[in-house]
Amino acid sequence: MPLLQVENLRAYYRTQVYGISRSVRAVDDVSLELFENEIYGIAGESSCGKTTLIKVISGTVKPPLRIESGHVLYDFGALQVDMTKIDPEELRQTVRWKEISYVMQGSMSVLNPVRKIIRTFEDIVRTHQGIPNKKLFLEQTRDHVMRLGLPPDVLNLYPHQLSGGMRQRVAIALATIFQPSLIIADEPTTALDVVVQRGVLQMLKEIQAESGNTVLLVTHDLAIHANVADRVGIMYAGRIVEEAPTQIIFTAPRHPYTQHLIRSLPMIGDKSVKESLSGAPPNLANPPSGCRFHPRCPLAFDRCRTETPAMVRLPHQHRVACHLVTEAAE
Amino acid sequence: MNGEKKLLQVDRVTVSFHVGGFIAGGRLLAVNNVSFSLDAERPEIFAVAGESGSGKTTLARVLLHDLEPTQGRVVFEGRDLSTIKRRRDAMEFMRKVQPVFQNPFETFSPLRRVEDYLFETAIQFGRAKNRRAAAPIVDEALHQVGLSLEEVRQRYPHELSGGQIQRVSVARALIPQPHLILADEPVSMVDASLRMSIVNLFKKLRDEQKVSVVYITHDLATAYYISDRIAIMLRGVVVESGPVEKVLGNPLHPYTKLLQESVPKPVVTEREQWARPINLGAMEVKEYGRVGCKFAGRCPHVMEICKHAEPPTLEVEGRAVKCYLYGEDAAQSNPSSRSSGNLSSGNLSSGKL
Repeated sequence: MPLLQVENLRAYYRTQVYGISRSVRAVDDVSLELFENEIYGIAGESSCGKTTLIKVISGTVKPPLRIESGHVLYDFGALQVDMTKIDPEELRQTVRWKEISYVMQGSMSVLNPVRKIIRTFEDIVRTHQGIPNKKLFLEQTRDHVMRLGLPPDVLNLYPHQLSGGMRQRVAIALATIFQPSLIIADEPTTALDVVVQRGVLQMLKEIQAESGNTVLLVTHDLAIHANVADRVGIMYAGRIVEEAPTQIIFTAPRHPYTQHLIRSLPMIGDKSVKESLSGAPPNLANPPSGCRFHPRCPLAFDRCRTETPAMVRLPHQHRVACHLVTEAAE
Repeated sequence: MNGEKKLLQVDRVTVSFHVGGFIAGGRLLAVNNVSFSLDAERPEIFAVAGESGSGKTTLARVLLHDLEPTQGRVVFEGRDLSTIKRRRDAMEFMRKVQPVFQNPFETFSPLRRVEDYLFETAIQFGRAKNRRAAAPIVDEALHQVGLSLEEVRQRYPHELSGGQIQRVSVARALIPQPHLILADEPVSMVDASLRMSIVNLFKKLRDEQKVSVVYITHDLATAYYISDRIAIMLRGVVVESGPVEKVLGNPLHPYTKLLQESVPKPVVTEREQWARPINLGAMEVKEYGRVGCKFAGRCPHVMEICKHAEPPTLEVEGRAVKCYLYGEDAAQSNPSSRSSGNLSSGNLSSGKL
């Protein structure tokens, strides 16, 4: 059984203004599975539903976001949890941070600016586990930080005294203090310089390899997925349109959107002309009929305009939602 | 060097800021002795690349005449920017040098229609007397970026996608018919599937409108894709500069090497190389105050001299490198005649410091 099983998940933002109800279908019929000991990458443009998907997976759904249908099932070995039904208090005590933790984009908002780093560790440990022995806690925290290759002195500094890369590594140290089963990293290196980004992602990868847990890495930067992820899911307009092991996504993509994305990536050493797709990602309050990519797809035909393509399973853990692939398979 | 007409000449520009308190403060050289020039006859895309805190944006402000350099001078079409005092001259300079900024949603006020900016620009720079006369000019500029007045009429910024509004931003810059466009991180806020449309636009402008572009970025992959020449900045200093195929294709300065290697490539074949552990400088801010080479604290090839004296800028293999590693080699194998031949359009040697 996989660590996480998401089944036909639909999560919409519903608002009512002057009696007119609107819904933004940010996550629409998404199914995916995460296994132990892997790095799963989610790629997609802004407003494709990446962040909403993470909110549901991590159990931080707040109005106007609502889960319309589907399941989010976790199997932590001793503990099975359905994220769509769990009681918030139980979630806080048994799951959050102990089994699922996150690393966010701007770690300045995770770290309290007026308290030393060690106090933030203390807050988290006290909330989720309690600190019966202060000395032991300090010792373990130092060990943990040093094991991750950070100088233990950072614990006695304030967040503003650290560089952006160091702050992000501290955020990773915080997220791994209880050895969680799943670490969700949402654009963890987006604001960082390339050299620092490389260092931070290397650290995340090492931790994963050592502890054998699962990392869900969300970033719009496909080049990062190429170098870090084991499997990649490509999202477009609230749906996963293609999913495969990283190797296949980059060498033999089947969905026209993925194909275009991979082809358009600039690379040092390559001066060939790259083209952009025409049009822009759709507004999810009023998405196109049928396949949501059809208005921009150079290969669209009649069926794409009326019928939503179903996910087709291909060999080698490869899934694609495209009528061209469906018809080729038939 | 003086034979060809120059569009832009940046001559040993230094900008220093006062940091810290009144008593214990110090000086920070945000831009440190930077020189390069662009030809008037041969339009090109010149990239200035570096990490955050490398002085890119400070340099951009100097080029836009928004900030006076502490030392050195910037000459645009034969005129020293420090001599621009009267409003009429300032307008003329602004007409010829147009900026495109990073975040288009901050460039445009959310409460105003985007077309107003276009009409205003056309009227202010004297291309049209009134809105009616300006309409065809605005429409033409929008057509150059793949939009039309019809599409943006009556629209507010939030009604356009990030890619569209950044193209409007470029269209606005085109209305005064500039000779130089200064683009500061123009695509970092734009989605991947639309990014190349903006980047290709600069190429098109260079080739069809003969507009030169100074492209300031941290993104080495797009810099390689569009630019002709590149300057790599570190803590205010240009460490390596020259044709982009040479500088990024085969970097010589250890910092350029590290930077180039660290850019993740969208291919699965180089995962292992990228995963090779690197040493992150813990306190990057201190590099500003370093005497000698700014990279000495992190450099794998560091020598004693690097820590004490600033390395000279040398012509090596068709580009300028500011590093002691190439000292003797450059003197033996690179007579100045050959290197100047390689860089005839450039004169990137930073004035032979």
